[in-house]
Amino acid sequence: MSEDICLRASNLSVFYKNRKRKLFSKNKKIQALFDVSFEMKDGEVLAIAGESGSGKSTLARTIVGINKDYTGEIYQKYDRPQMVFQDPYSSLNPAKKIGWLLKEPLRVDRSCKWSEAEAQKRVEEIMEEIELPLAILDRYPSQLSGGQRQRVCIGIALMRSPKLLIADEPVSALDVTIQAQILELIDNLHRKHGISIIFISHDLRVVYKVSDHVLIMKNGRVEEYGSTRQVYREPQAEYTKQLLKAAGIK
Amino acid sequence: MNSYKKAIHKNFKENTFFRWGCIITVLILLLVVVGLFWMPYEPTAMNAAEKLKGISLRHPMGTDNMGRDVLSRVMYGSRITLLIAAGTVAIGTVAGTIIGALTGYFGGMLDEIIMRIIDALFAFPSILLALVIVSIFGIGWIQLLLALGIAFVPSFARIVRGEVLRCRNMDYVENARLQGVSDFRMIFVHILPNIRGVLMSSILIGFNNAVLAEAGLSYLGIGSQPPYASLGKMLSDAQQYMFGNPSYVLCPGIVIVLMVLGFSFLGEGISRWK
Repeated sequence: MSEDICLRASNLSVFYKNRKRKLFSKNKKIQALFDVSFEMKDGEVLAIAGESGSGKSTLARTIVGINKDYTGEIYQKYDRPQMVFQDPYSSLNPAKKIGWLLKEPLRVDRSCKWSEAEAQKRVEEIMEEIELPLAILDRYPSQLSGGQRQRVCIGIALMRSPKLLIADEPVSALDVTIQAQILELIDNLHRKHGISIIFISHDLRVVYKVSDHVLIMKNGRVEEYGSTRQVYREPQAEYTKQLLKAAGIK
Repeated sequence: MNSYKKAIHKNFKENTFFRWGCIITVLILLLVVVGLFWMPYEPTAMNAAEKLKGISLRHPMGTDNMGRDVLSRVMYGSRITLLIAAGTVAIGTVAGTIIGALTGYFGGMLDEIIMRIIDALFAFPSILLALVIVSIFGIGWIQLLLALGIAFVPSFARIVRGEVLRCRNMDYVENARLQGVSDFRMIFVHILPNIRGVLMSSILIGFNNAVLAEAGLSYLGIGSQPPYASLGKMLSDAQQYMFGNPSYVLCPGIVIVLMVLGFSFLGEGISRWK
């Protein structure tokens, strides 16, 4: 049973430092997540939905290890999950060329050494995967459109073939037609490589399209968890009903 | 490389500050470089027959109170001044960047302690600080260089720390961390290239301040010792003869002004880079 579980969080509580720190005052902590528990099977798409400030991103950042201040347990079957960030304009280093950025995960790979030719070949594979022309390798992020940048971000995340990819609102900074293309790209990756994906979104229509299971969050707590179809057909929590209504689904 | 050349060419054409900065700086550098290989006279050779001469063909900048050729002394002096300024900025930039980057990136208690020390250094005027250091280590242009270098560290550390602090919380840094980039590589390969613009203009401003500080300190008699010249020393020697032989004061003065002007134009040009 536990063989095909790729991620399990039990009683996860996450804390942030209070930024408004005075010289001699004690550091106060702000709790962002309260007792979050869920399981995720290998190869599925789990959506995390909820309003702004509900702790979606905090959960994602805790899973990948950016937030280290938590209690509870996270079990991960594979190490080094990768993440695609919400804002493609700030998640690529503006001082580096795309080719350099794509190769960076290989350069810092401690588990195996990549020769220049192997790295180049891998970059070309990934460029084909994310459907970008090779000419882009020689450009800086500022010379790319939002959609292209988000593709590059996905490409960087894929360089070392992760088994778990976390997409933190990957399309909410993009316009509608580009959104559809990026979603299709993520969907393809999921089908082709069987990557498990955690998809974070506040758009319940998108969630319905992409996910197998859904986790509805509010104020740092899980409101509802279940298979997407089930939750959309018969929402249990009052909050889920409101959300669905607001999205014009029910 | 080619795109760099193109950008420089374009800026030279369209960016007035950059163009004049280049022209003036190249002129000054020419003066120094030619001085390395050829000077009209020995800068320390005295000639009692030709004291305090005005501008002439034999002495394009006249002669001083000991009959030494001012042009040769300016060539030699601007070499020393430039060397001190470059050394000062090099020490300030390297030490300041390392201190600023480490404290900004890691933060915490160490950051607090180092920044309070930097604040204390900052509270001293840099010339006063240099005076204190020179009084400990003795007089001479190498001591002056070290003293000014140390006095310049705080401002660079401040600037770099602020910029690193700004970059540290950007998504691209977190993205790189997820890929397993080490802290050291993160600071020097991922973050520093993003602050090179700010660093570049503060280097040029620092360069100006160093030229002026060197001139000021040499004027006060610290720094290069007679018979060797630096621009500031020449100014202080010349002040008694200001009215009798104006070219003796004006020529080193104008060279200092041009040096500072050239670098500040360059700095301005780079901040308006097209």
